[in-house]
Amino acid sequence: MNETGNHEHPSPLSWLLVAIAWILVGIPLLWGIFKTLGKAKLLFG
Amino acid sequence: MANWLCKQRTIARPNYNRWLVPPAALVIHLSIGMAYGFSVFWIPLEHAVGISESVPCDTDPGGGIVDSLRGILGYSDSGPCDWRRSALGWLYTLFFVFLGSSAAVFGQWVEREGPRKAGVYASCCWAGGFLISATGVYWHHIWLLWLGSGVIGGIGLGLGYISPVSTLIKWFPDRRGMATGMAIMGFGGGAMIGAPLADLLMKYYAGPDSVGVWETFVTLSAIYFVAMMGGAFGYRVPPLGWAPSGWQPNPKRKRMITSAHVHLNMAHKTPHFWLLWGVLCLNVSAGIGVIGVASPMLQEVFGGKLIGLDMPLKDLTVEQAAQVATIAAAFTGLLSLFNIAGRIGWASLSDYIGRKRTYFLFFSLGAVLYAAAPFAGEIKNVALFVAIFCFILTMYGGGFATIPAYLADIFGTQFVGAIHGRLLTAWSTAGVLGPVLVNYLREYQVGLGVPVAQAYNTTMYVLAGLLVMGFFCNLAMRPVAPKYYMSDEELATERRIAHEGGLENRN
Repeated sequence: MNETGNHEHPSPLSWLLVAIAWILVGIPLLWGIFKTLGKAKLLFG
Repeated sequence: MANWLCKQRTIARPNYNRWLVPPAALVIHLSIGMAYGFSVFWIPLEHAVGISESVPCDTDPGGGIVDSLRGILGYSDSGPCDWRRSALGWLYTLFFVFLGSSAAVFGQWVEREGPRKAGVYASCCWAGGFLISATGVYWHHIWLLWLGSGVIGGIGLGLGYISPVSTLIKWFPDRRGMATGMAIMGFGGGAMIGAPLADLLMKYYAGPDSVGVWETFVTLSAIYFVAMMGGAFGYRVPPLGWAPSGWQPNPKRKRMITSAHVHLNMAHKTPHFWLLWGVLCLNVSAGIGVIGVASPMLQEVFGGKLIGLDMPLKDLTVEQAAQVATIAAAFTGLLSLFNIAGRIGWASLSDYIGRKRTYFLFFSLGAVLYAAAPFAGEIKNVALFVAIFCFILTMYGGGFATIPAYLADIFGTQFVGAIHGRLLTAWSTAGVLGPVLVNYLREYQVGLGVPVAQAYNTTMYVLAGLLVMGFFCNLAMRPVAPKYYMSDEELATERRIAHEGGLENRN
């Protein structure tokens, strides 16, 4: 507990939520990166 | 509904996991980042009337201003005609003008009303803008596109861009750069998702009577509305005085990181604000100028060398020129990847080496690399040329992502979102300055008889000069004099107005 009285001990469930949130954001981002890299390959082909 | 949006409802409960805030911010930035990808609509919109081929406007060249205006709006004597690229290109100008101005105007409101309300309004503006634009395409009124996506969408861009900044900095006092870098990375990456998605949707919706754009706008509006609302409702603000357990500010870097706060209305009266304005403007001007000409520059500098032929661009056949253009498009895609990587990479690094040193690296390395680019062009080394500009783009992105943390270090965290909003006017300025400088310098060089392949050399030296100016702006940065800090009473008043409270205020 810090001086403001706010505990900073996130529960295991909250870490699961963090993982889900990052997966939801990460999938489209990785898709976009994959598409861009696919086009960028031409530069070195 | 209004109750759900109020700032007090967003104050986090004990044990809240702060790592839930960056993905909420990232999804909003990824959505609004599609602004960079709007060029994917240009070619279909140039065929919106003719479908298979563009219908030119047969307005009378001597018909005066009214006839010219009708041509721009897409109407001629024989009926509707297709829009020109120059008329569509105004959307970009409107995006960045309204992004900068709405961030500057609404920054204080965002600080007071909280990130959730700002995020919800941003999603309504951005998604609503798409819907208005869809009606504009359907009824063939270009002014509805300018109003919908340009003006209303542009305001959504500004609100969405600044909505998470202050909140992230307060959640991550130990990693301010990384936290804002994670969000701002999304603005650079939005087009990477949005542009190919829009391309797929347009192919799906296209038919004998439609190029598929208005249907794509409606679909994107729904997708972005859901995504941004999800992000907005994912925002939580930390209780007043929250800090990660066991965290103490690093005493070694304390001199350049204030624990006091400068009021929004006082910030722009300090030289520090204008030095940082110059830092952002000069860094962005150089980078944005290069982004705008990346594709033609690579084609003109290397020509046939890109496809293994030792001949200039003008001597290539149509098919060979098309091959070269495809490779140049791949180059711009690669630049966008490095732009994103720089946003998270450099901003995170700045947490360890300090903001001032990070910008020293941007300006010193950047100036050397810009000055070296003509050499890589002269020796026809494509790999070296590409590597130079990829590295430059990391520093362009890094400049955007590191500036909120730099502002928080110098002006404190109370008004950092609003001060950042006002500083974004430097971006709007750079959006005009950079491309104008690069394009006119190139034309001037070509006019003097300089070969096209070398026409960018002087431009690169001028851009290196801009970075040298930025170096001196950064060099002059010092901590703000205590006379500019808010008193304890002023701070308490502002926190009361901003509905900030401790844990007891949470609903």
